[in-house]
Amino acid sequence: MMNEPALNGMACTDRDRRDPLLRPGNSNCGGCGMSNLLQMLRRATGERELKMVVPACCAAVTGGSFPESVFGIPAIMSTFASAASVATGVAAVAQLNGEETRVICLAGDGGTYDIGMGTLSAAAERNEDILYICYDNEIYGNTGGQRSSATPAGAATTSTPRGKQETKKDIIGIMAAHRIPYAASISLAHIDDTLRKLQFALDARGFRFLHVLSPCPTGWKSEPAMGIELVRLAVRSGLFPVFEVFDGERYVINIEPEFSNEALMMYLSLQRRFRNTGVTEESLQPNIERYWNYLRLMSGRIVPAKRN
Amino acid sequence: MSVELISANHAAALSATLAARANRTARGFCSGVYPITPSTECMEYLCGQEIEKGTVVRADSEHNAMGICIGASAAGARSFTTTCSNGLAYMVENCVAAAGYRLPIVMSVANRTLGPPWNIWADHGDSLLLRDLGWLQLYSADNQEVFDTVLCAFKLAEDPRMLMPALCCMDGFILSHTMAQVDVPSQEQIDRFLPLTDIPHRLDKTAHTLGQMEAPHASVVHRMQHHQAMLGAEQIYAEIQNSFAEIFGRRPADPLVTYRTEDAETLLVSMGTLGVTAERVVDQLREQGKAVGAVRVRMFRPMLDTGLRKIFAGKKRIAVLDRDISIGFGGVLWGEVRGFADPGAIVQNYMVGVAGGDVRPEHMLNLLADLEQRHESGAPQIVEVA
Ligand code: SF4
Repeated sequence: MMNEPALNGMACTDRDRRDPLLRPGNSNCGGCGMSNLLQMLRRATGERELKMVVPACCAAVTGGSFPESVFGIPAIMSTFASAASVATGVAAVAQLNGEETRVICLAGDGGTYDIGMGTLSAAAERNEDILYICYDNEIYGNTGGQRSSATPAGAATTSTPRGKQETKKDIIGIMAAHRIPYAASISLAHIDDTLRKLQFALDARGFRFLHVLSPCPTGWKSEPAMGIELVRLAVRSGLFPVFEVFDGERYVINIEPEFSNEALMMYLSLQRRFRNTGVTEESLQPNIERYWNYLRLMSGRIVPAKRN
Repeated sequence: MSVELISANHAAALSATLAARANRTARGFCSGVYPITPSTECMEYLCGQEIEKGTVVRADSEHNAMGICIGASAAGARSFTTTCSNGLAYMVENCVAAAGYRLPIVMSVANRTLGPPWNIWADHGDSLLLRDLGWLQLYSADNQEVFDTVLCAFKLAEDPRMLMPALCCMDGFILSHTMAQVDVPSQEQIDRFLPLTDIPHRLDKTAHTLGQMEAPHASVVHRMQHHQAMLGAEQIYAEIQNSFAEIFGRRPADPLVTYRTEDAETLLVSMGTLGVTAERVVDQLREQGKAVGAVRVRMFRPMLDTGLRKIFAGKKRIAVLDRDISIGFGGVLWGEVRGFADPGAIVQNYMVGVAGGDVRPEHMLNLLADLEQRHESGAPQIVEVA
C-alpha cells in the first residue's frame, strides 16, 4: 500500500486493521489531529475487537449523519458528561459475557477536563476496564472554539478574545492521583512511541488514560499541514512533556526535550491564537521549568526518545 | 409463590432482582445506582443481591447511574435503576438519551417533591418531568402493584414492538417505606414469564453507530416511530396480563383502574395512592346513595385517550385530582384528560397533597361538595392538605 502523509510517511501494512476506524467521508477539518490519532489507533488495534463511546465533541460530529457512519467499529454517541459511565456499562456487560472487546472512550478536552471530569474520576476510581483517550485540542472545537480548562494561558478563544489567563489543568497528574494502572501523554509527532503506548493501553486491563495533544487548525488558527510539526515543537520546547505513569507512582519520561527557545518561539508564532495576547517564550519558561522539575523528581530517571 | 411482608422499595428491587436472574442465559444484567431518599432502600436492596451473570455499579451520580444503564443496555443486557426527585432531575439529560436510543431500561421512582425548598415527601412532579421524553409511565397504588408493575415493565419495554424505557412510579414514603404483603412468584415462574433480553440494535460486531447526528427528516421519522410504537403499549400490556395470569394465577392491574364507574354521575380521577383513598370515599358516598365512581390512571404514558373517553362518556361532573402542579397552568393530569370528557361536563381540577401533604377522605369529600355546587368548571384549585 501507499504511504500515508498523515502517518508521517509510515506505510499501511498487513498488520493494520482491515477496516479503517475513521472512514472516508468524515467531516473532520483538514489537519485535525483527531484524524491522525484514529489512523494510528487503527494500526495499533490490529484485529482486536473494539467498541467505542464518544461524548459530544468534534468526534461525534465527525461520525456523520444517520444512516451512514464514518466509524468502522460499533460506536455509541453519549451525552457530553457521560462517556466514562456509558463505557462502564458496555465494559461490564462484555466482562459478564467473557468477551475480549476493548472498550474505548474517545473524548475531547471539554468532556474530559470539564463537564465529564466527575464521570471520568469515578470510572477511574472504580478502575473500570476502559481505555479513555482524550484528544486535547485545547478548545471546545465542537461549539466553535471557546476556552476549556485545557486551554493554555495566553491562548485566545471566542470566549477569551484577549487570551486566557489561567494555566492548563494537569490532567495526567489528576489521573495518576487515582492510581490507575496506566496514564500517558502521546505526541502524534513520535509515531513509534505513540503506537507502543496505544498497543500497551489496548492490552492492559483496568482503567487506562491517554492524553493526546491534538492540533486543531480551526481553533489554533494554524496551517492544516503544520499540525504534526506543531506537536513536535511543543515536545521539543518542553511545553508538552511526553511521559507515562504506571499505577499512579512510577513515572517514566519518554522523550527528553531540547528545551529550545527557538522551538517555543516557532510554536507560538505558527499559531494565530497566541498573537496579541501578551504570551511570550519568556513568560512560558518558568512554568515549563517548574513542571519539568516536578517530572524529574517523580521519574528519577530519564529514558531518551528514539529519534523519529 | 411465597408471601412476603416487604416495603414497596424492596418489592421493586426484588422484582428487578428476579428479572435480572431470569436473564442469566442471555447477556445478563447490569445496573448503575445512586442513592436518594426515598428510593435509597431500593438500590440498597439491589446492592445486597447475588445475581448470577449480573452486576450493580455504585455510580457517582444519578446522571451516571443512567449513563451506566445506557451502556449496559446498549451492550444488550437487562438494566434497571431507581431514583426520584432531584436525582431524577439530575438524570434527565441521560433519560432523554435512553429513550432516544430506544433502550428498554426499567426505572423505579419513589415520587418525591422537587426542591428547593427541600422537601422529601410525595409529589408526582418529578416523574412528570419525563412526560414528553418517550418513557412509558406506570403508577402503582400498593406494594403488590409495584412488584407486578416492575416485572411487567421489563416485558413491555423489551418487547421488540416497543423497545423503550419504562418508569414504574410509587408514592414516596406512602408506599416506598410501608410494609405490606406481596405475593412473590418463584424464580422458575419468572423464568417462564420473562423472555430473554434481546436488543436488536445492540452494539455487537457490525460497525453501526448509536445516537449519532441526524438531519431533521430522519429525526422526525424516528420520533414518529417511537410515538407509534408507544401507542401500541396498551395492546401489548393486555397480552402481558394474560401471560402473567396464566403463569402466576392472578391478574396484574389494568392500565386504567375503574371503581364503581358504570352508573356513576360524578368521577374522581387520580394517579397513585390517591386512587385508593378515592375508592374509600366512593364507598362512603355510595352508602349515602350518591352515584360516585373513581378512576385510577395507571398508565400515564401512553395516555389512553380512547379508554378514558369511554369511561367519561355521560359523566357530568369529573374531579381530576393531581398530586403535582404545573406552575402557571394547574394539575398535569387534569391538563391531559380534561379534553376526553363530554362537552358540557364539568371537569374541575383539584391539586391535593402537592409537596407531600397527607390526603385524607375528608379532603376528597370537601372537594366533591365544592364540585357538586358548581355550574361550570373554574380555575384549578389547590386544596391545602396536611
Ligand atoms: S474543529 Fe478542530 S478538533 Fe474539531 S474537527 Fe476541526 S480541527 Fe478537528
